[in-house]
Amino acid sequence: MILASTFLQDQSFLDVLYIVAFALFIQGLRGLSGPTTAVRGNRIAAVGMVIAIVATLLNKSEGNWGLIVLGVALGVAVGVPAARQVKMTAMPQMVALFNGVGGGAVFLISWSEFRLTHGYSGVATYVTVFSLFAAIVGSVSFWGSNIAFGKLQEIIPGRPISLGSAQQIVNLVLLILAIAAGVDIAAGDHSQGVFIGLLVCAALLGNAVVLPIGGADMPVVISLLNAFTGLSAASTGIALNNTALIVAGMIVGASGTILTNLMAVAMNRSIPAIVAGGFGGAGAVAGAEGAGEHAGTVKSVGAADAAIQLAYASRVVIVPGYGMAVAQAQHAVRELTKELEQRGVEVSYAIHPVAGRMPGHMNVLLAEADVPYDQLKEMDEANPEFQRTDVSLVIGANDVTNPAAKNTPSSPIYGMPILEVNESRSVIVIKRSMNPGFAGIENELYYEPETSMLFGDAKSAVSEITAELAEL
Amino acid sequence: MILASTLTTNLAILVLAGFIGFVVISKVPNTLHTPLMSGTNAIHGIVLLGGLLVVGLSGNGAFSKVILVIAIAFGTINIVGGFLVTDRMLEMFKSRPKPAAKDDAGEHRDDEGGAP
Repeated sequence: MILASTFLQDQSFLDVLYIVAFALFIQGLRGLSGPTTAVRGNRIAAVGMVIAIVATLLNKSEGNWGLIVLGVALGVAVGVPAARQVKMTAMPQMVALFNGVGGGAVFLISWSEFRLTHGYSGVATYVTVFSLFAAIVGSVSFWGSNIAFGKLQEIIPGRPISLGSAQQIVNLVLLILAIAAGVDIAAGDHSQGVFIGLLVCAALLGNAVVLPIGGADMPVVISLLNAFTGLSAASTGIALNNTALIVAGMIVGASGTILTNLMAVAMNRSIPAIVAGGFGGAGAVAGAEGAGEHAGTVKSVGAADAAIQLAYASRVVIVPGYGMAVAQAQHAVRELTKELEQRGVEVSYAIHPVAGRMPGHMNVLLAEADVPYDQLKEMDEANPEFQRTDVSLVIGANDVTNPAAKNTPSSPIYGMPILEVNESRSVIVIKRSMNPGFAGIENELYYEPETSMLFGDAKSAVSEITAELAEL
Repeated sequence: MILASTLTTNLAILVLAGFIGFVVISKVPNTLHTPLMSGTNAIHGIVLLGGLLVVGLSGNGAFSKVILVIAIAFGTINIVGGFLVTDRMLEMFKSRPKPAAKDDAGEHRDDEGGAP
């Protein structure tokens, strides 16, 4: 018994289990590289996490069990129902929220370290520096993620909220103040007021950075903050000399950076430009100009006519967007697809990399509705096929189909890769109104002669078409 | 001297982990990016360990204990919520390829009874 307990508290035993844990994280992430291995990959990573936690608890068994049980019980009570009940459409904001609490944990741990060591007295300077770095970045990530959540959940308006040209100066001042407080503490100031000042500056900075960013850029921001939280966790790991934290945090930091970059490329946006903010604002101005240029007419169509067009097509491509997701229309779309396939129509789905506000989000939603994997075409695969497509059915997608991205150099989305639906013989757009999309700009597609608009809620419009089809 | 070597060892681990992160993750296809984001998000919940370690040290005052309980709760939400949500997303991917995956000879029949 005594032997077992000393064995468990041996540092090398802990280290070995940590190595097992992060090997499982890496293996798990490798599993995530394919649809068939992904479920297992995620579970392997979860097993790694359980091993790391249990090893830590066994090793540091002098720990305060009551507090640990309380904290874990609270976390499970909040986290499990939230994860079980969230709708697939609300996934981006859920990721933002889970990311935020991670950042929150990071800065709270730094704060408790500060208090425990009475202002980092008697610890190595590098420990202080990494702990302070974690405090600043964790706090920025916590508050920034909460704002991102609020915007996507529409608690806070999605449009940019900024101080105009003073914004960047304010951000810079907040950053400098936070760093100055950190330098002061590292130089030997033990007063907790300075530390709290540091946290407040970082909190304000998190708010100030994310508030001016428009809704369209939000996934990029969440991804960036995800990387930040990972880095801050790694930093906490160095401060606490904990290998598992360093490895896991850094892997997340690296992956988050890659993802952020991929998303920014898909949207033809640079990360510094996004962080500087104001896309929605600039877009709205350009949109207003664009609206003036369009004297063209919009052709409206009813469900019955749309059904006829679809029924006599030999090839139909469905272009789903966030509007479809919001209306929960994916099951109705699947029904429509079945009806068309029974009539011998070839149906596929063209998925833009950022459809549904996050790379892969649309695939998740369509998977939920049991759309077969091989019907989903990525943009590069879908674009050459639009020319031999009879009808493109655009459901709640807007900016990703806007030909202005190819044809109009003055457009704010010029250069963004789009789905070239305007190449197909005819286009039916299901949309609630003529309001511009997330980027706040007019879509030229709607004024093209081959385009007809079917106004209405995505779900009821698709159901109506399906009903009309059944009667043909 | 001892501290410096701990630091350099940890920095080496940090740098290598960064490279592993880049290499492993750049292979993930576009369609799995949302689950990947959610999954990596769950992994940084490992910061929970930091809370567990610090709460185990002696000398925490009442206020510090409150902070640490919140930190542990936050870390737990991050981990539990992150892995569960990722699992939910991925389950959908898993159930799909069944009808199509075995179908390498072409689509002769779409009845479900068609054994390979």
